[in-house]
Amino acid sequence: MQPFTALTSRTVVLPATNIDTDQIIPARFLTTTTRSGLGAHLFADWRYDESGAPRPDFVLNRPESAGCRILVAGRNFGCGSSREHAPWALLDHGFRAVVSAEIADIFGNNSLKNGLLPVIVDDATSSWLLEHPGAELTVDLAAGTLTLPTGIKVSFPIEAFARHCLLNGVDELGYLLSRSREIEAYERRA
Amino acid sequence: MPQSARTLFEKVWERHLVAAETAATPAVLYIDLHLIHEVTSPQAFALLRERGVAVRRPDLTLATMDHSTPTRTAQVFGGAPIAIESAARQIRELEANCAQFGVELLGLTSEQRGIVHIIGPDLGLTQPGKTIVCGDSHTSTHGALGALAFGIGTTEVAHVLASQCLLQRKPRTLAVEVEGTLRAGVTAKDLILAIIGKLGVAGGTGHVIEYRGATIRALDMDERMTVCNMSIEAGARAGMIAPDATTYAYLATRPRAPQGAAWERALSDWHTLPTDAGARFDRELRLGAGDIEPMITWGTNPGMVIPVTGAIPRQGPDAVFARALSYMGLEPGAPIRDQPVNVVFIGSCTNARLSDLRSAARVLRGRHIARGLTMLVVPGSQQVKRQAEAEGLDRVFIEAGAEWRESGCSMCLGMNGDTVPRGAYAVSTSNRNFEGRQGAGARTLLASPLTAAASAVRGRVTDPRELL
Repeated sequence: MQPFTALTSRTVVLPATNIDTDQIIPARFLTTTTRSGLGAHLFADWRYDESGAPRPDFVLNRPESAGCRILVAGRNFGCGSSREHAPWALLDHGFRAVVSAEIADIFGNNSLKNGLLPVIVDDATSSWLLEHPGAELTVDLAAGTLTLPTGIKVSFPIEAFARHCLLNGVDELGYLLSRSREIEAYERRA
Repeated sequence: MPQSARTLFEKVWERHLVAAETAATPAVLYIDLHLIHEVTSPQAFALLRERGVAVRRPDLTLATMDHSTPTRTAQVFGGAPIAIESAARQIRELEANCAQFGVELLGLTSEQRGIVHIIGPDLGLTQPGKTIVCGDSHTSTHGALGALAFGIGTTEVAHVLASQCLLQRKPRTLAVEVEGTLRAGVTAKDLILAIIGKLGVAGGTGHVIEYRGATIRALDMDERMTVCNMSIEAGARAGMIAPDATTYAYLATRPRAPQGAAWERALSDWHTLPTDAGARFDRELRLGAGDIEPMITWGTNPGMVIPVTGAIPRQGPDAVFARALSYMGLEPGAPIRDQPVNVVFIGSCTNARLSDLRSAARVLRGRHIARGLTMLVVPGSQQVKRQAEAEGLDRVFIEAGAEWRESGCSMCLGMNGDTVPRGAYAVSTSNRNFEGRQGAGARTLLASPLTAAASAVRGRVTDPRELL
């Protein structure tokens, strides 16, 4: 997992609400047995036409999107399946944070475990961000704040342990295994 | 007294705490049953290999293959190669991983193979009070038996393989209380679609749903599983129903349910699980079952749903409304009834149990599907397939002009090549009508097995009550 401390980047905006994981990466790309290279299939059916040529009007294909590391999306981003291929594809493409008024539970969990930061903001901030594509934002995980180009800072919630792990590059599996004595004790009494 | 009153969810949660949550750390939650499949496990096994860690409890882990497996008999049992090479590779990799890590696998030719959420209950492994996880969002299905069951990602699959535990924050609770009697021709699928229509596709986010009330208690186990299955379509990771006589009767004959004295002990424990009188839920939703009609989706998420007798809305809350209509090629205000249909799919972890197949066969018996329409019937497990064949349901489907296949997820998500052609309309008994879900450009209308079968006969969206 890649540690996450702070990030400054312009945004790419996908204003649609309820963007599901089948849009983020369609099921036909899930027969892979590795987690690498999935960025090529990110938003495949929105990004490419039937012949496989890029659709010039799709935001990720526009030159100004190159190098953007923050994705701003409509409410309930990442709903649907539990496929971790969704955050893998977003990370492989270069995104490190997703900002939305609401982020689906399983997608949010999967993102945290891979160093893709789910940033949940209030409706007013979300509306402003959706209306200002390309805005330069700073995400500061230690402070738990998102700074807009207007200078306004908004705080965002993040689960304390996930935050600790992201900031310090702590591996959750290592932490779980370090509690094996308690797990054994539970198994004895169960 | 009210202070100690607890919900079903709270009871199951508390008895699985290896360590309670603190402000700084999530709870360590013990998992009783871990189901794995070929699509979301390879990278988890790779992580174990990388770290030199074994599977902690192979005895609490069961593997099967369902998502990318073929449904054509020759590709399953030999005679023809699996059409998609990467799918074949994924299947071989699960076989190798299970062999290396000592995990029981109900493999491609096993008589007990099937969709992971169908075989758990079928075998009697899914039981009241258990914690059950799987790298699949429809793990919520198992909550129908009073288990706490939810989908996880691949990193968490590795966590459970290695430690039999998950790091979890306690979710909130949502009671969905349904009273009244479902009308003839209205099924559990229509009920859950109506609930999602009311809650919205994010209405359950952060919550575990408990389905309650007389309507829920009157459902049989297959119907309860259909309801819990689609909890995730309302954003809730888990849906639960209190165990009762229906649950116990269902489990009593299952091969891997407790037997003899262990059964008696289990039964007296299960009786303590239902929500106590006076227990509080964080939120409640009430609805009446009596006025629910057969439901069908018109758009690109399961919340875009109307009665089959209804019309497509004229306006929506945001720009996605227009986009959904354009993707679906439908007109605002038009009735959904008589919309031409090209493909009908009876299958998936939502509606591929024996009673679902019986329900579809009831409409199809002595009838033929419309000219030019393709219909696929894919049983949820090999056991369901054998049971259906013993009742002659396969003959009903074949004589009606449908294809009768081997079990698997199949056209629900089209990973195995069973897809809906671009632009075609499919009435499907599955759970998701997202853009491209059943194949690039496919247009999905979610409905019950009755509505799907009736629509296959007419070649148009049909109210099943006209054919019953």
